[in-house]
Amino acid sequence: MWYFVVPEVVFGQDALSRLAELKGKSAVIVTDKNIVKLGLVDVVKAQLSRAGMESRIFDEVEPDPSLQTVSKGVALMNRYEPDLVVAVGGGSVMDVAKAMRVEYERPDLKAEEINPFISDLGLGTKAKLICIPTTSGTGAEATFAIVLTDTADQRKLSLINREIAPDIAIVDPAFAMAMPPAITADTGMDALTHAVEGFTCTWKNDFSDGLCIRAIQIVFEYLPRAVKDGLDMEAREKMHNAATLAGIGFINSLTSMAHAIGHSLGAAFHVPHGRAVGLFLPYTIEFIGEAREDLWAELANSLRLEVPKGERAGPIIAQAIRGLAESIKEPLSLKEAGIPFDKFDSSMDKLIDNAMADGSLIVSARIPSVAETEKFLRYAYEGKSIDF
Amino acid sequence: MAIKFGSEEWLKAFTQEISQSQAYKEAAKKWEGDLYFVIEPEASLKDKIVVYVDLWHGECRSSALVADESEKTPAYRIWGPFGVWRQILEKKLDPVQAMMTGRLKVKGDMAQIMRMPRAAVELVNCVTKFETEFPD
Repeated sequence: MWYFVVPEVVFGQDALSRLAELKGKSAVIVTDKNIVKLGLVDVVKAQLSRAGMESRIFDEVEPDPSLQTVSKGVALMNRYEPDLVVAVGGGSVMDVAKAMRVEYERPDLKAEEINPFISDLGLGTKAKLICIPTTSGTGAEATFAIVLTDTADQRKLSLINREIAPDIAIVDPAFAMAMPPAITADTGMDALTHAVEGFTCTWKNDFSDGLCIRAIQIVFEYLPRAVKDGLDMEAREKMHNAATLAGIGFINSLTSMAHAIGHSLGAAFHVPHGRAVGLFLPYTIEFIGEAREDLWAELANSLRLEVPKGERAGPIIAQAIRGLAESIKEPLSLKEAGIPFDKFDSSMDKLIDNAMADGSLIVSARIPSVAETEKFLRYAYEGKSIDF
Repeated sequence: MAIKFGSEEWLKAFTQEISQSQAYKEAAKKWEGDLYFVIEPEASLKDKIVVYVDLWHGECRSSALVADESEKTPAYRIWGPFGVWRQILEKKLDPVQAMMTGRLKVKGDMAQIMRMPRAAVELVNCVTKFETEFPD
């Protein structure tokens, strides 16, 4: 028994017009100051006003958003009593909006108490949640996970519950056009990693497999174009779709070892999330190796990569991902990512500890020991293919 | 030779595997808290089985089969029907998925469980390292 949870997805050019069809008196738009500056919030407000809705803006979401930011947003919602929460932004914005909606509807439940073992949250009675992504990678518009920071305790909280998924995801490529090349590349690698891990982790399932494979195909074809020319509307639209497909795919299976180690690296060195997980992805494919050989072969086939007779598909997939990363100027090793060796070396225990404690690791088809994790990290530092 | 599920011998084999498992030690090195595993009667299992284990930093400090749940007040209680436990022990069902879908119920500090899901997986790996004879 398992679940497949997906919001209503409205995609393609002019998808935003779905907002004008919604019912309600008022909305709170959750965003950040940069998105406001880009004028994207004005466009959203205009659509809401066509639906006869007033809106208030909460633009205080920061990178690595905190529980404290959620509390500020909830205070605004309690004063204003909106029927809609509309998130306009990247993963951080959407995570804050999801947490705000939970606390607004369930004042007895604090965001940090959200976990997968509670049920019947009864969300959606006071407010619906609409997510409009402005990056093409996190898939947060379609997922039921939240990452927040407790600044008081200096710890990251990964919160998950299938009832917190957005009601509607509006995947409109016009909202991704402002992304600079480096963010397009980083977030695109995030989408790729979601899809590859969603397809190959031990919780993979028939409902998520097809979405993940299609997302992988799209990323390989369109990510280099979207990075090269941000005004390439077709590439933007395809990558925006791929991110959501991968989001639905991975949240209904899970992400795996590249995310476990990527989260750990991100926390220690503030490497952008997509860059970190994308960097580790080919190494994890090599490490997992034969435990998933049939799936690597299936992926190679779907990407029309030739696997010579007698050779394994895993290393060929890994090299293809490195080739893609190189073409969009993503680093292939921790050294290339600019991490000083002395800091890397002195952080090793913490890196291993955090990776081993990450929930994503439990669904890896091969789970590394502490010693293997250290060896893995040292190989990834030097850019050496995994051979153990 | 298969060991009878829920017997003293079975519990001994389980705790021995815990003490020998490097993977469990690594996964549960920060785990603090004793547990009840409550196997509720269903089909061929006629009587409830309550397994008590006191797990601390990757070690099992003590264990017992408990006749009366009020004997101890462990930090965690994980309970569900025999059929679900059997699927887990036969590696047909992931223990974390069983908890997430409500087939196993959990009471205790959820935050700690969420921080160490691999400990649950490795604990199950320990119990599957020897052959269990289930009631038919």
